Amino acid sequence: MKNLRPTREGYVEGILQAGRENDRVVVIEGDVSRSIGSASFEKEFPDRFFNLGVSEQDMLGEAAGLALTGFIPFVGTYGVFVAGRAWDQIRTSICYMNLNVKIAGAHGGVSVGPDGATHQALEDVALMRVLPNMHVLVPADANQTRAAVLTSMNTAGPVYIRFGRNPVPQIYPVDESVEIGKGHLLEDGSDITLVACGAMVSLALTARKFLSKRGISAGVIDMVSVKPLDRKLLIEQVQKTGAVVVAEDHQAIGGLFGAVAETLSVQYPVPAGVVAVRDSFGTSGTPAEVREKYKLTAETIVFEAERLME
Amino acid sequence: MKVNVKIQGLTPIAGRVRLDVLEMIRAAGSGHPGGSFSAVEILVELYWRIMRIRPEEPDWEDRDRFILSKGHACPALYSVLARRGYFDPAELLTLRKFNSRLQGHPDMNKLPGLDASTGSLGQGLSLACGISHGIRLNSRDSRVYCLLGDGEIQEGNIWEAAMSAFHYDLKDLTVIVDRNLVQLDGHVSDVMEIEPLVDKWLAFGWDVIVADGHSFISLEKAFEHCEKTEFPSVIIANTVKGKGVSFMENTCIWHGKCPDEREYTLAVGEIQGELS
Repeated sequence: MKNLRPTREGYVEGILQAGRENDRVVVIEGDVSRSIGSASFEKEFPDRFFNLGVSEQDMLGEAAGLALTGFIPFVGTYGVFVAGRAWDQIRTSICYMNLNVKIAGAHGGVSVGPDGATHQALEDVALMRVLPNMHVLVPADANQTRAAVLTSMNTAGPVYIRFGRNPVPQIYPVDESVEIGKGHLLEDGSDITLVACGAMVSLALTARKFLSKRGISAGVIDMVSVKPLDRKLLIEQVQKTGAVVVAEDHQAIGGLFGAVAETLSVQYPVPAGVVAVRDSFGTSGTPAEVREKYKLTAETIVFEAERLME
Repeated sequence: MKVNVKIQGLTPIAGRVRLDVLEMIRAAGSGHPGGSFSAVEILVELYWRIMRIRPEEPDWEDRDRFILSKGHACPALYSVLARRGYFDPAELLTLRKFNSRLQGHPDMNKLPGLDASTGSLGQGLSLACGISHGIRLNSRDSRVYCLLGDGEIQEGNIWEAAMSAFHYDLKDLTVIVDRNLVQLDGHVSDVMEIEPLVDKWLAFGWDVIVADGHSFISLEKAFEHCEKTEFPSVIIANTVKGKGVSFMENTCIWHGKCPDEREYTLAVGEIQGELS
């Protein structure tokens, strides 16, 4: 078993490093700083940390105000609340003015587990992706999350970074970097392309091994930059394989699958499958139980790939 | 850099702004005269007497900031900015037109002099709080002013921000509530009562002062008080919706309606009559 680490640890490492590198970085929290871990930023930079209580709408508006005076605010709270409750604030007060606000959506996907449906962000990527000027990053492990934070600090305009709650296998080295608009080709393949983001990337890598035993050569793209999507890499790979399976811990509507389907249907149509939540709310349970119920597993990725290969 | 205009000198400016607003809305064929007229003296007082600004240098770092949270009153703000020298008043007649910098609601990335883009009600006070934090972190002493509509404060976001401003001692922040008593659908008290208004702000920890929102003397006293207080401050500015045109006053009909030619002529006559 590879080392497991929660991606939120990467978020905390990222904002601490960002805070040390750039004194314009400030952190805004909404009463979940001990859950996300950003309380350690408060310890090191008390003057640049604002806990605004349980008030997502105000958090995003105040972040916009700080950006208007030249700061780079990182706003952290649970993805379901930040992307849903404060969507209009993000739209009008941040994206419309194209302000330099970085939004961290924690607790992404059903793999949050026991907290249940109300706390499992399943629509956040769709809600953020549709906004003009917004960038959307969905990192796969702690090191990539840390890199996503540093990249977003150096990217002009709004960025949404989505990460999970539970430990996931480490995929990337500590010096991993993230580039806006670039995916990672983790494994080359000739029969089918698996495109995944976030917690589903390690499952896609596992699925690739199963497929290889059955004589199917699957490529794996970690599409960490969901918006802008790495269309070049996607089309290059799909031209080679002729089929694609998208895996994400999110609704099948509007997220990474939406982005991939929008691109391929216009530019290079191929048979496609999806492993994601199918127009449903989540439920309580252990992360493993919940993933099993919604079929967010390596086995389902294998099944979808084989179905397309028939 | 206050401009040395005597208070009496502001009345013709307010009249000029009302005439501009009428012309702009007539040219556009749509817009919001009622809530623009109620805010005229507040805006003129701020931009001619109170705020530290440099119209020739709109992004001057030490300027005071103004957030028009009730963004639909932008015809009045555009006129004030033009008459104060931020851009050529000839451009006012492009309001709401294709390719105009004078968007239907304020777009700071298009027009100089705007400190934020607004239009979705309830968001301006949070912006003002964030700007106030930023000014403090930058060790500057600019003040932040934010104009809210009275109907607008039915939005929950306003009260989240009000709580936050007190918690963080944002004493350089002053809110003005344009208390014109009327919103789109009718009287505020009929649509959704916001009273007791003074008590609400007091309960949230703010320094509250009530002023006559059409009297420059009353407004000036109120702003002077706010500059000295140790708390975030709010001026409840009692105003008249549609102020200055008799048939537009105190009615929701003129919240968002363009006058026809007859109404326009009557309105211009009334405003000019006040000025002469």
